[in-house]
Amino acid sequence: MPNTTTVQVFRIVIKASARAIWEAITKPEWTERYGYGGRVSYDMATDGRFSHKASAEMKSFGLPDEIIVGKVIESDPPRKLVQTWHPLFDPETTAEPHTRLTYEIAEHQGVCTVTITHDATDAPRVAAMVSGGGDPQQGGGGWPWILSDLKSLLETGQRMSGN
Amino acid sequence: MVTYQESSVNDDKVFKALADPTRRTLLDLLFRRDGQTLKELQVEIAMTRFGVMKHLRILADAHLVVSRRSGREKLHFLNPVPIRAIHDRWIDKYSERRLSALAALKNELETKG
Repeated sequence: MPNTTTVQVFRIVIKASARAIWEAITKPEWTERYGYGGRVSYDMATDGRFSHKASAEMKSFGLPDEIIVGKVIESDPPRKLVQTWHPLFDPETTAEPHTRLTYEIAEHQGVCTVTITHDATDAPRVAAMVSGGGDPQQGGGGWPWILSDLKSLLETGQRMSGN
Repeated sequence: MVTYQESSVNDDKVFKALADPTRRTLLDLLFRRDGQTLKELQVEIAMTRFGVMKHLRILADAHLVVSRRSGREKLHFLNPVPIRAIHDRWIDKYSERRLSALAALKNELETKG
């Protein structure tokens, strides 16, 4: 595991429009198709509620209905989304303070640079979890794995892992 | 396919960036402590400021390092995503085959025995 201080940055280049990427991040019909799945809901007003719901499979493993919750801090579609991010699916990370997540999407000539900045100040377990140092099949893929899967889905219409 | 070619252009950049010991050291330094300034990195590597900048530029070009402004400072962060992509595309593929061959062998030996 990287010995992270507080902030981690993850970047990927995706051949898709900024709008398509924004939708894939914020719409439940997209979020259930890549990464660890599950449907998100966003109230894009300032202080609006964010929640990420467990998929049927996650629930069968005993995960709660809402696995991640947060609040929208800033929403500037399709370029920037700042929110808090707090996992509820495991007691050790749930005990840590809420973290701050920023998505930035910059489009040039049909190609987008997607940057995730995750500020997990005083939340070392969350920082370790999202860093992607573990086995993706065991839930340790973190942002690198989720972003790679998102790229694969948007560019080819298919997931990286073929699920 | 277009996207595959584009991805392999980036793979080329990642492999080239990783082919240099100074650049691997820079990544190791950021792995140990993320978000460092050029000055901090320069202290740990016996090299001129210009030399470190040149290596950071190659790492940034391969998206292995992402820099962010924080007040007056420019901080450099390790971006693990391209390494994940290389791992998934090149390493998993071969190790999986070896593992599945072993699994098949085990299966065959056990059913015979």
